[in-house]
Amino acid sequence: MARKLLLENINVPGIHTFDVYRQHGGYRSVEKALKTMTPDAVVEEVKTSGLRGRGGAGFPTGMKWSFLAKPEGIERYLVCNADESEPGTFKDRYLMTHIPHLLIEGMIVSSFALGAKTSYIYVRGEMMPQIRILERAIAEAKNAGFLGKNILGSGYDLELYVQPGGGAYICGEETALIESLEGKRGNPRIKPPFPAISGVWACPTVVNNVETIAAVVPIINDGGEEYSKVGNGRSTGTKLISASGNLNKPGVYEIELGLPVEEFIYSEEYCGGIANGKRLKAVVAGGSSVPILPANLILKTINGQPRLMSYESLSDGGFQTGSMLGSGGFIAFDEDQCIVRNTWNFARFYHHESCGQCSPCREGTGWMEKVLHNLENGHGKMSDIDLLVDVSKKIEGNTICPLGDAAAWPVASAIRHFRDEFEWHITNSKTAMEQNYGLAKYADPLPKLEEAIQN
Amino acid sequence: MLSVTEHKEIEFSANLISKFEEIVTRYPEGKQKSALLPILHLVQAEYGWVSPEAMDKIAAFLQIQAIEVYEVATFYTMFFMRPQGKFVLEVCRTGPCCLVGAEKIMHHIEKTLGVKEGEVTADGNFSWRGVECLAACGMAPVLQIGPEYTFHENLTEESVDKLIENLKNKI
Ligand SMILES: Cc1cc2nc3c(=O)[nH]c(=O)nc-3n(C[C@H](O)[C@H](O)[C@H](O)COP(=O)(O)O)c2cc1C
Ligand code: SF4
Ligand code: FES
Repeated sequence: MARKLLLENINVPGIHTFDVYRQHGGYRSVEKALKTMTPDAVVEEVKTSGLRGRGGAGFPTGMKWSFLAKPEGIERYLVCNADESEPGTFKDRYLMTHIPHLLIEGMIVSSFALGAKTSYIYVRGEMMPQIRILERAIAEAKNAGFLGKNILGSGYDLELYVQPGGGAYICGEETALIESLEGKRGNPRIKPPFPAISGVWACPTVVNNVETIAAVVPIINDGGEEYSKVGNGRSTGTKLISASGNLNKPGVYEIELGLPVEEFIYSEEYCGGIANGKRLKAVVAGGSSVPILPANLILKTINGQPRLMSYESLSDGGFQTGSMLGSGGFIAFDEDQCIVRNTWNFARFYHHESCGQCSPCREGTGWMEKVLHNLENGHGKMSDIDLLVDVSKKIEGNTICPLGDAAAWPVASAIRHFRDEFEWHITNSKTAMEQNYGLAKYADPLPKLEEAIQN
Repeated sequence: MLSVTEHKEIEFSANLISKFEEIVTRYPEGKQKSALLPILHLVQAEYGWVSPEAMDKIAAFLQIQAIEVYEVATFYTMFFMRPQGKFVLEVCRTGPCCLVGAEKIMHHIEKTLGVKEGEVTADGNFSWRGVECLAACGMAPVLQIGPEYTFHENLTEESVDKLIENLKNKI
């Protein structure tokens, strides 16, 4: 069995309650940090651990924390990003539902490290049940003296609140989240200034993902050094993977970073293989925003090395032949799935979720959706394929926030790797309405490097 | 868009107002606008939708311009700008759910309720719509029902039938 740092006690009955959580070693990290460490020492441990943000971008957490401005007499804030809306990602919901105190514990230690006296957990509005769970957990922790004034006699005060969103994917982007927390529309801000200098109510702010905050707990309990020994190279620690699509056992798994993708998909300990005895066609490995890869390229890199579940290995080959770990939303497609239909579905999603501030994103996502809809419904032209590539290139890098890139990459990568399937939709539009293209060459050995790069 | 309905004065209950007042204490002095989203949720849970009159009242309570409430309420997908069915079935329509049959579930709901997406059944009891990824893709297909946002996973046509029956019994 692989090491579990976050979900070790997830199956203990009653672990969602304060008492049971505490009996299983809960809140030790708060005692250790507040009684025996300085805030800076906590930041140092997190730096040593090599922890990287689990929300998608993978930015080193300790470094992010050390950028936080600390002007005299101005409040600083920690805001936890529990907006979880990236298609394919459902690990934060799982963690908050089953072991809410792990997040509360992490919030206390992290707020202490940053010198925040008020912190917020911004939860997407649809997760009302989780909001109720967290509010109950906060009340329990406060009752036990772990929140409020003078926590454990340390002189440190902290209030923790849950803030609901209103249903908007864009509010997962950290500056849109800050706007939303201020009671506004979720329009991302132009950076700089970065939130570390000017965030919520123009005060220095750190925004971190739920899983990132939870990982601070084992880091403080066991030390950053111990944490950094788990994992693989610069991908330290464990990662929660949300596995969905055509798998025998979809669900949330805690893996040690560096686990081979093949083992994750096929072993009984994890996903147990492809559902209904079918074969694997493609995988989106890090949530809908990252490039899709055909089966052969997700299992092995272009150099024939086994592909691993780590930041480095998943991005091996760049966008030509690789992808990204992203938020860890692992979506598996079996041989009967239609890549064109899924690409249209994702394009529709991004168009729907674009905040509309910048024209390349607002207009480009709508255009891609329309062209893909035509293609999927048998009205495509051969020139549409290059048009899509062209539009995606014009969005990429030309927008205020990364949603533009997130919309462009799935389209560009689907065409890069599955161009023959798009062409087939155009040349066989009637057949394509009734049946799918199938597996074609994607379960075959790896394409040659030149072939992969040519597209 | 804001619907044109008969203008009816509304009064928020004392209970609701006291909830608003507690929420405002979560933010620094003068930053009460942050309470807007939590308050919109409470109002929608009470009335089933967010009417222009309700938004005006919220603006007055928070001491902000009415337009600041309108622009926010219309930006976020969860707030209904017109009355809905007593139960609103919100089915996830995004990629991962579609890989395991979400589209079939939506067709089934449309057929069973006999209304199109966004419309309300003649008895006023049901409406339905497709929504984007609900962060439950491993339990797909899924749907949620406000205002409690109860969650229903691994849907089949049979389980949807049973769910609708159960809801009818609650009316
Ligand atoms: C469109 C968009 C949506 C995002 N959604 C989320 C989200 O739901 N949850 C999250 O933690 N980060 C999300 N992010 C990333 C955040 O902007 C930010 O990088 C992250 O919360 C930082 O936390 P971390 O360093 O702990 O990962 C999103 C980014 C973009 C551009
Ligand atoms: S890229 Fe899209 S979502 Fe991001 S700010 Fe621009 S329009 Fe809004
Ligand atoms: S795609 Fe339906 S819950 Fe994520």
